[in-house]
Amino acid sequence: MASQSDKEKTLGDVLRSHGVSRRSFMKYCATTASMMALSPAMIPMIAEALEKAKKPSVIWLSFQECTGCTESLTRAGASTIENLIFDSISLDYHHTLQAAAGHGAEAAREEAMREHHGKYLLVVDGSIPMDNPGYSTIAGISNYDMLMEAAAGAAAIIAVGTCATYGGLPKANPNPTGAVSVGDLIKDKPIINVPGCPPIPVVITGVLTHFLTFGNLPELDDLGRPMAFYGQSIHDRCYRRPFYDKGLFAETFDDEGAKKGWCLYKLGCKGPTTYNACATTKWNNGTSFPIEAGHPCLGCSEPEFWDGGGFYKALSIPTADIGETALYAAAGAAAVGVALGAMNRSKKGSAAKAHEKVTLEDLEK
Amino acid sequence: MSEIALLEWVRGPGFQIATIILVVGVIIRIFEILMLGRKSNLAEAKGSEFASGMRTIVTRSVPTAESFKRSSLTIVAGYVFHFGLFVTIFLYAPHILLIKGVTGLAWPALPTPVVDIVAVVSIIALLVVLVHRFNNKVLRYLTTSGDLFAWFVTIAPLVTGYIAFHRIGMSGPALLAVHILSVELLMVVLPFTKLAHAFTIFMARWYNGAISGYRGVQS
Repeated sequence: MASQSDKEKTLGDVLRSHGVSRRSFMKYCATTASMMALSPAMIPMIAEALEKAKKPSVIWLSFQECTGCTESLTRAGASTIENLIFDSISLDYHHTLQAAAGHGAEAAREEAMREHHGKYLLVVDGSIPMDNPGYSTIAGISNYDMLMEAAAGAAAIIAVGTCATYGGLPKANPNPTGAVSVGDLIKDKPIINVPGCPPIPVVITGVLTHFLTFGNLPELDDLGRPMAFYGQSIHDRCYRRPFYDKGLFAETFDDEGAKKGWCLYKLGCKGPTTYNACATTKWNNGTSFPIEAGHPCLGCSEPEFWDGGGFYKALSIPTADIGETALYAAAGAAAVGVALGAMNRSKKGSAAKAHEKVTLEDLEK
Repeated sequence: MSEIALLEWVRGPGFQIATIILVVGVIIRIFEILMLGRKSNLAEAKGSEFASGMRTIVTRSVPTAESFKRSSLTIVAGYVFHFGLFVTIFLYAPHILLIKGVTGLAWPALPTPVVDIVAVVSIIALLVVLVHRFNNKVLRYLTTSGDLFAWFVTIAPLVTGYIAFHRIGMSGPALLAVHILSVELLMVVLPFTKLAHAFTIFMARWYNGAISGYRGVQS
């Protein structure tokens, strides 16, 4: 955890002490501005704001999660400026990363909450169990209580990963723990959703940079995701898109189409309905992203992606078992049809029986 | 409801409900027709019912020169959009995947750009028949709201499918959800509107031919 003298340093001081040159710092500011679709005129503003920014206090809470989000951020790659920005925040509480444990750790969280009340950033990964609080506790405190207490004094909340943003894997059918997302519980604080399983590291630092520069949240979409990173679908930015447009698909993972790099739609790619920056930002220091590695997009930055009908089922295939439904429906309908037919026939029969012929006497009446 | 939740609903329970209504509706209506029964014809048969019935299925599907001359626009546009519906429904790769997923049957797809062009031509043909319906006095007089509704549920999947493929106007999940929803609407109303002809047309044509065949007259 950061020492007191560290906390007084500005971000500029920290970056300089890590040997980051002015040129690479400005390059980072320019990249961030373009990535977040800001005007180039904003670059000096971003640089100035970052230079002067005091290390913000960040409290990171991990609930029902797999630590993949933390792994994604801390193992993002070599010492990039993104990492340094992440490293130079004052991460006052993160029970996976901090050295302190037990009461010491909880004391650090309480101190940060008191000292920076109303100013700290709260980062949450993992969903919150609402069924039995005992499903997930930290130092004997239920996830719900800890979230509510920490959220009360937060300036803003960043929900990291699909579990925190939508409930994720813990919420998957049949949702045994009654898992909910951060946004389901907290309505009175600004929340930025950064979904993904895990999310892209640079998205976190991008959001932090925006917060440090402008002191507010970036523009969000209707699912609370920063538009700059989640504004375009994987499909619309996919380098395999021309194959989709031509109707050239890989049928299996090792056929000729797969070797030629054709579209993975038939193998279950969820790119057309998934909004994330994978296709542009890429992973592992810009090396590649899943589709580039030959695997369809799972749609991990969208709600309920675990229950979307199967990772390898194409988007056009219904998620329910329609064949079986149709068979039962047909059998039932045939029985009803026979019954209706029989009823019609008996009606016709009785009508014929009841039919009286007109006699001469009738006509003379 | 978020767009992705709507998509999951239309891909899951929504499609299931639509399938049940379509299957139950079509089967009950066919049973109803077949079990209605006819008065037995006591006259001696003067020809084959079957052969005449089969022949009529073909002959009534090809317009005579005279009727073609009289309503060439309706016939051409009608054929174009029916052919287009067949191509877009049964020869587009993602649709074949759906059919394979439900029935296990599959066949080769047409290249996507070809299906794309066919979809556009079908939409134009459907617009042409609508304009013609309003421009022609007799047709306009005969038109009911049911006809316009049938036209709408037929063109809707084509239009929503086209904009879903080209990703126009809405987000990815919304485009796909609206397209599937429009297809589900078609599935639900099909058995109970004049669109049921998709299942009854050849039956009806065969029957017309069979009556003539029994009497020994040309159908």
